[in-house]
Amino acid sequence: MNAITPYLWLIPALPLAAAGVIALLRQRRKTLAAGLAVGSIGLSLILSFIAFWTTLGGASQGHGGPAHDTSRFVWFALGPTNLELGWVLDPLAASMLVMVTLVGLLIFVYSVGYMAHDENFTRFFSFLALFAAAMLGLVIANNLLLLFICWELVGLTSYLLIGFWFHKPSAAAAAKKAFLTTRVGDIGFLLAIVWLYAQTGTLQFYDDGAGCLEHSALTRLVTQTTTGGLGVATAISLLLFCGAIGKSGQLPLHVWLPDAMEGPTPVSALIHAATMVAAGVFLVARVYPLMAVHPDGAAEATTALQAVTWVGALTAVFAASIAVAQTDIKRILAYSTVSQLGFMMMGLGVGGVAVGMFHLITHAFFKALLFLGAGSVIHGVHEEQDIRRMGGLRRWMPVTFATYGVGMMALAGVPLFFSGFWSKDAILHAAHGWTVSAAPFYLGLCGALLTAFYMTRQVCYVFGGAYRGGAGRAATAHASRRDTPHESPAVMTAPLIVLAVFAVVLGFVGTPVWPWFQGYLTGESVEFHASALLSREHWPMIALSALIVLTGFGLGWYWYGRQPITSPEAPDAIERYQPTFFAVLRGKYYVDEFYARTVVRWHAAWAWTCDTFDRWVWGGVVYAISAVVVGCAWLTRALDDYGINLGFDRACRQIARGGQAGSRFQSGQVHDYLRALGMALVVLLLLFIWGDS
Amino acid sequence: MMNPFGSITLLTLIPLVGGLVVAALPAGQKTLARRLGLGVSLLALAVAGALWSGFDRDSTALQYVERRAWVPTLAVEYFVGVDGMGLLMVMLAALLVPLALLVSWRIEERVPLYFALVLWLEAGLFGAFTALNFFHWFLFWELSLIPAFFLVRLWGGPDRGSAATQFFIYTMAGSVGLLLAFLALFLATGKFDFLELADLGRTHQTAALLHAHLGWSGMSADALAQAVFFGAFLGFAVKVPVLPFHTWLPSTYAAAPTGTTMLLTGALSKMGVYGFLRILLPIFPDQMRAWETPLLGLAVLTIVCSAAAAFAQRDVKRMLAYSSVNHLGYCLLGMFAALRVTGEEARWAVEKAAALNGVLLQMFNHGLTAAMLFGFVALIERRAGGLRGLDDFGGLRKPAPVLAGLMGVAAFGSLGLPGLNGFVGEFLIFKGTFALAPWVAALSTAGLLITAVFLLTFLERVFHGPLPARWAAFPDLSRAEIWMVAPATALMFVLGIYPQLVIGVIHRTVLLWVERLGPC
Repeated sequence: MNAITPYLWLIPALPLAAAGVIALLRQRRKTLAAGLAVGSIGLSLILSFIAFWTTLGGASQGHGGPAHDTSRFVWFALGPTNLELGWVLDPLAASMLVMVTLVGLLIFVYSVGYMAHDENFTRFFSFLALFAAAMLGLVIANNLLLLFICWELVGLTSYLLIGFWFHKPSAAAAAKKAFLTTRVGDIGFLLAIVWLYAQTGTLQFYDDGAGCLEHSALTRLVTQTTTGGLGVATAISLLLFCGAIGKSGQLPLHVWLPDAMEGPTPVSALIHAATMVAAGVFLVARVYPLMAVHPDGAAEATTALQAVTWVGALTAVFAASIAVAQTDIKRILAYSTVSQLGFMMMGLGVGGVAVGMFHLITHAFFKALLFLGAGSVIHGVHEEQDIRRMGGLRRWMPVTFATYGVGMMALAGVPLFFSGFWSKDAILHAAHGWTVSAAPFYLGLCGALLTAFYMTRQVCYVFGGAYRGGAGRAATAHASRRDTPHESPAVMTAPLIVLAVFAVVLGFVGTPVWPWFQGYLTGESVEFHASALLSREHWPMIALSALIVLTGFGLGWYWYGRQPITSPEAPDAIERYQPTFFAVLRGKYYVDEFYARTVVRWHAAWAWTCDTFDRWVWGGVVYAISAVVVGCAWLTRALDDYGINLGFDRACRQIARGGQAGSRFQSGQVHDYLRALGMALVVLLLLFIWGDS
Repeated sequence: MMNPFGSITLLTLIPLVGGLVVAALPAGQKTLARRLGLGVSLLALAVAGALWSGFDRDSTALQYVERRAWVPTLAVEYFVGVDGMGLLMVMLAALLVPLALLVSWRIEERVPLYFALVLWLEAGLFGAFTALNFFHWFLFWELSLIPAFFLVRLWGGPDRGSAATQFFIYTMAGSVGLLLAFLALFLATGKFDFLELADLGRTHQTAALLHAHLGWSGMSADALAQAVFFGAFLGFAVKVPVLPFHTWLPSTYAAAPTGTTMLLTGALSKMGVYGFLRILLPIFPDQMRAWETPLLGLAVLTIVCSAAAAFAQRDVKRMLAYSSVNHLGYCLLGMFAALRVTGEEARWAVEKAAALNGVLLQMFNHGLTAAMLFGFVALIERRAGGLRGLDDFGGLRKPAPVLAGLMGVAAFGSLGLPGLNGFVGEFLIFKGTFALAPWVAALSTAGLLITAVFLLTFLERVFHGPLPARWAAFPDLSRAEIWMVAPATALMFVLGIYPQLVIGVIHRTVLLWVERLGPC
């Protein structure tokens, strides 16, 4: 065991503590808040580097796979057993740790400048530190439940930060949409967890042979089948993938990610580009042994991995085509992120953990760079986000322009000198060799072409031509100040430069010449082959990639760069040729509208039905019963009043009347009594006389 | 374990006598009545805390037992004691009452009576959660209803008259079924003691005894036992409530003064689930098993339909009322799933224990969270002159960030966010239920999703978006109010991070139940 492993929990705990302290600070303690947040993630970065360093030796041991150093603790007692959680240090976790803390630190620093004038500055840093804590916890989790807990917490911080400017209805709605859309996937994730737990009796990934990702559990899982003949391992994998689809914005749950751009730009960079949205990809990479396990040990792709590949490939093209027609600088990047996440999924599906993860890491740096660059642009042009109202910014914002250019070329995959090229090339290369179908390879090429194209379009709009933003505002009181864009302060441009450096050099650790990163993740030792590039295996693919990228650049320049765009109102170049097609792309294929007409409406109808049912059916039964009871009461009362009581009263009245009649004889007059006596005497005497005879 | 000091009797007497003292105060002594009422409830909390800390966590036995003959000829005993579940519920009631009294601090009409009624309600709850003989358990069960009725009737909102009547009569009707069922049991067995009746249930004698003493040729032993079971079921189903016996709940919760609603949802609604676990499950295991599938169906309906109905509400209190029904539905789900007859008991013990641990955690956590949510509604109502519609507000987070933040914590606790209290219970329920009844668990997850939908919609509509001019001066929580809600909020975090605090107490009880549920 490494010396660092028992203390690995400190990496997420430091930002967590910072988040807690900042949450209790007063709003005006801005310096302290920023210091705590930056300091805590800085310390986490140092610890992450130490952890990373200790995993470097793992590759040389060469015992078939990377070493997994674990540590565990009991969370609570569960019946006859205990529920244990734990963390793991392996190359997968270590590489993510370094990426998250490094990108996180740069974005924290950038945020100090970007959010300087926001009244809720301290709250922002509290949320940001909480996010970092949850994300780092997710990365080191050695337990599916712990991973899920952190997974939900990053979702919470995403909700809080998208809705950071909650007074904007669009931001509030976007935050809700993000949380709910990802929760749809999380339901699948939760079911996968309880299913896996029921089947294997553990949620620890690696546990000296007893973990759920280790040989004995996997061989047991793979032999079992469930409803419809589906393998249990496959079913659990697909449910887990549902969670990944939601978090990583894959089809059909991608709709929340572009809306998430309502959050402050550093948030978009950190959470919705570099780290959190990649958590889905990381999840698939983490449970890859489960996804890839095959009943008879055959080498062909499993159903789960095929699903991952297809979803990824389709998303890559789908989102890239939408990005072509957007006009909001951040939304273009958001769809680009969705598309690139699709590439990563495809890479995992066709090429395994190393291929997908390499693109995840390189993408994190160059996409964070692009988002921070976009933030710098937005800052420089006074909170304008519409690329049609920008233009010519290369003159006013040289540092931003240069770094943005690096990011753009890395994303587009310009050959040899940019990291995006190498990681994308690895994916395409693996897709080319995929035995199941050739379609993902062609979809990937298509996505790569579109990527180069939409990035060229964006750069032409933003940095090319002349500035188109000031004209409309010339009449305002602050015309002179607001008319000219300005470069951002050093606290914002310095992170851009650092990220730009990484966007270039990171590619060199995973080239075919020296696939160090791939070897590091898989635990195999690699050697330097200078000739690999020229081998028949690699050079045709490199040439094809280069051709695709150049075609994308060329098309983009032909339509958007050749003749400078002069007015914000001018129609888009594609719009002029294909207005209908362009409208569909700009409308994002109307997926949101489709959901609004179906799922949202069905849900409202179902809610209405339940409510109405309660009020009129169940409530109705209760009222009907109460009506029956009240009716019975009236009936008995009527019977009492008019039946029993009436008869009784009448009998009483008869008796009384009889009494009254009788009482007349009792007049109290003595002569009446004497008269009666006399009459009776006469009658008796007469009877007596007649009786005798 | 006999306890000469009678701790539980003391616990029940404190609010009972305290309530009498408070009620005797002249109506003008408002402040004194409030302080005295709060003092009594805090004293009860202290006693409950002493019971909690003195509880032997490694024993399955009933603790703090007091047992005295009362009416020997009718098998009536004064028999009280707590196991893990009883103690947990006592603790919940003891925690919520001071909170409810603090939230009701600003009530100005008939203050001594209000505070006295709440204390009597607490006494009823303590009694019902500790009694182990049907006779006086039923006494407390009904006794808790009377203060609740008057609290709704006298201090409620516009519809209080009909709501209070419906609440009282509906619950009473359920209780009649319960009473008849127990009279039948008594005639057949001569017992009122829960533990002895449970022994008969476990050894499958109940049906035969009922048949021997009450049966006639036209009805089989099973049918008779099931009829008796349904009588008892009705009483608890109304109380929980189980769909479709729930229509009294939204109108009552909405009409009740919000401090009372906190107790209705936090503690009173737990009496139903408690009854299921303490009475139905041990005494009628065979009958419940015979009806397991329909019961699971009812649990799913309760979860999904009440969540959907919550989304359709426009009154925040009605929405939270339906949310309450939804959360108790998970308790039913876990409990019914744990009934399932499985072949290899040892393998399923973990799953059953998980489900039942989850049920108990959920009871406690829901009590805390739902009471907090209603408490925050009360704070909003007070500031908004009684308004509490979803569409009446907007943007309140700007003038009242602390209120929005703390209520947000409670809302996320309610929708089961990890790190807060609600998650662990729901996770354990789903873990156990999925292994025992996978499709039922899968269908119920729709409830988790819909809960998130309506709670986030609520947060969006009330706290986010633009701030209407009329609420520009909406006051945030005062320092006193922050201190009032801080302990409960802290507890939500603590239980989310360290659930062993509760599980340690209920662990042995759950294991005992699992063992008793085991062999069939």
